[in-house]
Amino acid sequence: MEFFERFAVPHPSPLIYASMVAIGLTVLAIIFGITYFKKWGYLWKEWLTTVDHKRIGIMYMISALLMLFRGGADAVMMRLQTSVPDNTFLEAQHYNEVFTTHGVVMIIFMAMAFIIGLMNFVVPLQIGARDVAFPRLNALSFWLYFAGAMLFNISFVIGGSPDAGWTNYYPLASNDFSTSVGVNYYNWALQISGLGTLMTGINFIVTIIKMRAPGMKLMKMPMFTWSALITNAIIVFAFPVLTIALIMGTLDRQFGTSLFTSTSGGMDMQWANLFWIWGHPEVYILILPAFGVYSQIISTFSGRNLYGYKSMVGSMVIISLMSFLVWAHHFFTMGHDAFTNSIFSITTMAIAVPTGIKIFNWLLTMWKGKIRFTVPMLYSVAFIPLFTIGGVTGVMLGVASADFQYHNTMFLVAHFHNVIIPGVVFAMLAGMTYWWPKMFGFMLNEKIGKWAFWFVSIGFCFSFFPMYITGLDGQARRMYTYSESTGFGPLNMLSFFGAGVMAIGFIIIVYNVLYSIKNSPRNIGDDPWDARSLEWATQTPVQEYNFAITPEVESSDAYWDHKKKGYQLFKGNIEKIHMPNNSGLPIIMAGIMLVFAFSFVFYIWAGVIVAAIAFLACLIYRSFEKDDGHYIPVSEIKETENKNGGAN
Amino acid sequence: MKELFPAKQVNGFVFSLVLTVIAISVYFVDMSYEIGLTILLVTAFIQAGVQLIIFMHAGESKDKGSIYTSLFYAIFIALVTIFGSLLAMVWGYM
Repeated sequence: MEFFERFAVPHPSPLIYASMVAIGLTVLAIIFGITYFKKWGYLWKEWLTTVDHKRIGIMYMISALLMLFRGGADAVMMRLQTSVPDNTFLEAQHYNEVFTTHGVVMIIFMAMAFIIGLMNFVVPLQIGARDVAFPRLNALSFWLYFAGAMLFNISFVIGGSPDAGWTNYYPLASNDFSTSVGVNYYNWALQISGLGTLMTGINFIVTIIKMRAPGMKLMKMPMFTWSALITNAIIVFAFPVLTIALIMGTLDRQFGTSLFTSTSGGMDMQWANLFWIWGHPEVYILILPAFGVYSQIISTFSGRNLYGYKSMVGSMVIISLMSFLVWAHHFFTMGHDAFTNSIFSITTMAIAVPTGIKIFNWLLTMWKGKIRFTVPMLYSVAFIPLFTIGGVTGVMLGVASADFQYHNTMFLVAHFHNVIIPGVVFAMLAGMTYWWPKMFGFMLNEKIGKWAFWFVSIGFCFSFFPMYITGLDGQARRMYTYSESTGFGPLNMLSFFGAGVMAIGFIIIVYNVLYSIKNSPRNIGDDPWDARSLEWATQTPVQEYNFAITPEVESSDAYWDHKKKGYQLFKGNIEKIHMPNNSGLPIIMAGIMLVFAFSFVFYIWAGVIVAAIAFLACLIYRSFEKDDGHYIPVSEIKETENKNGGAN
Repeated sequence: MKELFPAKQVNGFVFSLVLTVIAISVYFVDMSYEIGLTILLVTAFIQAGVQLIIFMHAGESKDKGSIYTSLFYAIFIALVTIFGSLLAMVWGYM
């Protein structure tokens, strides 16, 4: 029995036992359901082994939505705990675990997965490609991310969650102060999913550089593709830093080195330094694709081409470089001299300039446009003022001397939620609604969608604006409770109310999906939004090969020109199409990685060694495997094209 | 005969050998730590450039643009990260 004792949760509470039961029952229900409906074969053949970028994108987004609800439940728990003074709903340790997992789940497993999912689905369609450059690597990326997410989520019921904050600062995260295996989980879950993200980065850079349709020069790419290219460049340069920092953390915790200790020659703040060298570019990794989504949507629903295309691209390139110049503003209070803080303060304020340029470009795109207020457009229009408030408070935080007042208060919490929720989350909801008909062949109900929008955005305002005030009044972040004499009570209650309204908004979105599956009309054509870029020139639903004939392109609004100016997109004849084969190897490799990391978390060396050997065997097998893909014959393509009405 | 002789590659090879010898000399010749490290850094960067341009054909394909762009991007970020970290953790730390 001694072996199993290590898996016990160190701080058990009825809530944790309840979630154990809930997780167990859910898993059983899923297994039973799939078996009952005899869907294992379908699932394995069509989804688990797929290398199709569209399906991988959809799987990313489903996982992201699941994680959104996991992280959202954490958020509501935190707001509930702080809604009244001296609350006893959560104890201190439990509260630490909840805010840590909330941060990690939302950033790494929700937002990252959502943007990568959208990129997966949209980018190859927008550039007229048949798939990404390395389809099987793409599948491996997804499954590694998924393994990381699962590893992180089981920490809650096996061995204990990480509790040192999503920033995981040392020495708090060291063995001395975080005694459970929680931080080991943090290290390995982020490591695995980070590897997947790095592979995605390389994959998409190659795809965008090498696989664009004939005629699509770089400066003729749709804006979302541009944002994806820049984002992936940042990924490739930023994620290796996280990889190294996590390895160093693992060495400290599991092999007794002193890299991040405050004695024996270690530097504890070096973790913060490395973390934010990755972490600050990371926030731009999240926000740039969101900017791309807004650019597409605002241009479509204003009926105008995007204002200032070149300045949009230019500002993104500048942001990508400058995002690596500002990281020390996350620890202004560490004890730098005035000169150092000034440098990072100035770069921080300067990076607001290219972002501001983009805001004006969106406004001018809408100027004199014939705006259609659909659900995606509502999110985009709400994004502009809300995000600007977040940006302005960001500049306030960037003033180093003033930051000594704001640092680690709820003001900061309000700021970054104010940029991430209207920035990233709104963009993902808008993008999901916008591309939904391409993914599934029907539209989400507009009326219910608008209800959800108002709930989410009004809930957001109630939830986070009070935090600016309590923050300025001195409420520290991550404080699990406070006394009544502080006077934080009423505003925190308002915040909890807002969180509740937001939660209802997300439930309405789920209801909308179910409602639309049942009731939405299926005969919506290929272009229900009257959109502009190339992805709408495909059939709905999109065929495996995307385009029967490779399109030829002359502008960033190629499909719009096709509709309005009679430009011919598909000039060639149908020829046989070469497509990659499905493979079970990625999911198997990710499964092995999960075993490897889980064993590592608990110091089970036998498991580590066996999994490592198995993983190497997979790599060797792959090296010698002959897989030339397959051809889809012309007759079959013609048959599918005719059956679905024919795209050309 | 002139077209057949790969002068560029042979010169590059000799040059890279010279660079290697200079780098090794840091170990054998008595000099201060600072000078030694400077020599190592300078020769290392030139060596990397020689390898990339002459032997890895960085400038010879039509991907020239992307290769050099990513190279300069990488150098920029490496320098910013290293010197920024030194500034944040050593020089500017009171």
